Amino acid sequence: MTTIRLSVPETADRGEIIEMRAMIQHEMESGFRFGPRGEMIPQDIITKFECFYNGTLVFSSDFHPGVAANPILKFYARANESGSFEFVWTDQNGQSWSDSAQIEVS
Amino acid sequence: MTSRSPLITRRNVLRFSAAGFSMLLIPRVASATEDEMNAAISQMFGDRPITEGRVSVDLPPIAENGFSVPIDIAVDSPMTEDDHVKQIVVFSPRNPLPVLAQYHLTPMSGRADVSARIRLGGTQSIRVIAEMNDGTLWSGAKQTLVTLAACVID
Repeated sequence: MTTIRLSVPETADRGEIIEMRAMIQHEMESGFRFGPRGEMIPQDIITKFECFYNGTLVFSSDFHPGVAANPILKFYARANESGSFEFVWTDQNGQSWSDSAQIEVS
Repeated sequence: MTSRSPLITRRNVLRFSAAGFSMLLIPRVASATEDEMNAAISQMFGDRPITEGRVSVDLPPIAENGFSVPIDIAVDSPMTEDDHVKQIVVFSPRNPLPVLAQYHLTPMSGRADVSARIRLGGTQSIRVIAEMNDGTLWSGAKQTLVTLAACVID
């Protein structure tokens, strides 16, 4: 099972800039490594990360093989309204994983 | 005590040490060069001028392990609707691929600050380019010493 860890504040003042962290457990196999018999291990990486705030894309990232295994990101967003942040990771084969966090804005 | 093993002769010692040394010189994986990085930059941004500044890159001065190196990128921008960072791209002159990661920001991001972990295939100067919403390009760089490179060992 793929583990996802999120860190999003539960409450925020309106207009406050909040810090978020999102991590997913993934090998991020670069395709540049060799196996025990000298064969090239095929590439298997997550290529896209997206963060939606009440359905609007706030932040996204393209991952290349130069991104470390178990990719973690720290980034910011402006809290304007209560609602949810949805985090979506998509790998090179189109498989995706997602998780969400609620925020109360006063 | 003049008899020695026939294997450990002066000739063999020289032969094997030369072979061992030359193996150190041959990288197991092709790595990009400064030129390839510049080619990747011009492929992505064309020949638009890139100004140094506004982008600060933070990397540890020495990374013991190139497999996971924390990088912290901050771009000086108010992040408003009229003036914000659209894209941040991390380039490497020494990894197998010159583009490491791209981050797309919006005015909703609030602050142009991203932290992540990257792989480094050796001691190098990482270059980060930020594209603003008006199309101007800014860059920053940071050198880091990598003692154990990613990609080279299994």
